[in-house]
Amino acid sequence: MTIDNKVLLKIIENIAVKVKENKEYLTELDSAIGDGDHGINMDRGFQAVQEKLPALADKDCGTILKTVGITLVSTVGGASGPLYGTAFMRAGGVSANKYELNREDFLEILEAALEGIKMRGKAERGDKTIVDALEPAVLAFRENLQSPNPLLKALEAAREGVDYTKSISAKKGRASYLGDRSIGHQDPGATSCCLMLEALAETLEPQEA
Amino acid sequence: MVGIVLVSHSEKIAMGAQELIEQMTKGSVPLEVAGGTSDARLGTDVNLIMEKIEKVYSPSGVLVIVDLGSAVMSAQMAIESMEEEKRKNVIIADAPFLEGAISAVMESSFGKGLEEVKSAAEAAKNLNKL
Repeated sequence: MTIDNKVLLKIIENIAVKVKENKEYLTELDSAIGDGDHGINMDRGFQAVQEKLPALADKDCGTILKTVGITLVSTVGGASGPLYGTAFMRAGGVSANKYELNREDFLEILEAALEGIKMRGKAERGDKTIVDALEPAVLAFRENLQSPNPLLKALEAAREGVDYTKSISAKKGRASYLGDRSIGHQDPGATSCCLMLEALAETLEPQEA
Repeated sequence: MVGIVLVSHSEKIAMGAQELIEQMTKGSVPLEVAGGTSDARLGTDVNLIMEKIEKVYSPSGVLVIVDLGSAVMSAQMAIESMEEEKRKNVIIADAPFLEGAISAVMESSFGKGLEEVKSAAEAAKNLNKL
């Protein structure tokens, strides 16, 4: 598994497509327990990201990821802007000047993104947030680092994490005002995070994801 | 005088609060609002917040008062992206939006320092209405 800057751009392009395809779905999930704008906000952010991709064609991975982060922060509008924005900016920080990423680099990127989200949102696992999908995914990636396909293990863990959010009540964001009435609903943030990992896996392992 | 920036998801809420406050202060305290996104949706906008902080900035400092969720995170990111020299003079109050804003602006109008203005805003949490 090696990701060069061209493949990284393809991954981001595919994330933008995936977000667009799921715009209504994310908004529907968010309408049930939040403010109903997650799909619209994410799509708006990734549309803006997509417009910046051509200018990044020859840039290093760090610059690409940082640009994605800054663009999300300034265009999303909801909590996912600062959260995913910080994640991508931190990921860009640990991949500065690299044109190729191996597995170890990619683990470092995922860990930096997770730390960034936890720092910004002050969330832990069990709060019904992005962290419930991302943290198990990062752990699975690390545990399976030398296996043939750590990414598919990570995706599997993220999907389980999304499922788990149905069983818990929200501690963060607008959904926390619902308290236990948020139980039974799937978290939109965990879902969008899982969709992004899905786009990543589909780009790298189109046969298996 | 300590500057105040109100950050709300809604431009109407932010402007309504400003209107209510300025009825009392008649513009004597530097007060700016950052409500909604740059394309007029509900939400918060890091660049807009930064712009407004810069507008009321002086070495006396700026207190930022936020409504919900992303307002906190966007305000934090706006402060983080300022020059280091200014950054230490800009803080966020853990205060109710409207009552906190009124308390903060009044305290600032008395010529109090940043920490006192922040404390006044945060004390509004315990105001008894009945």
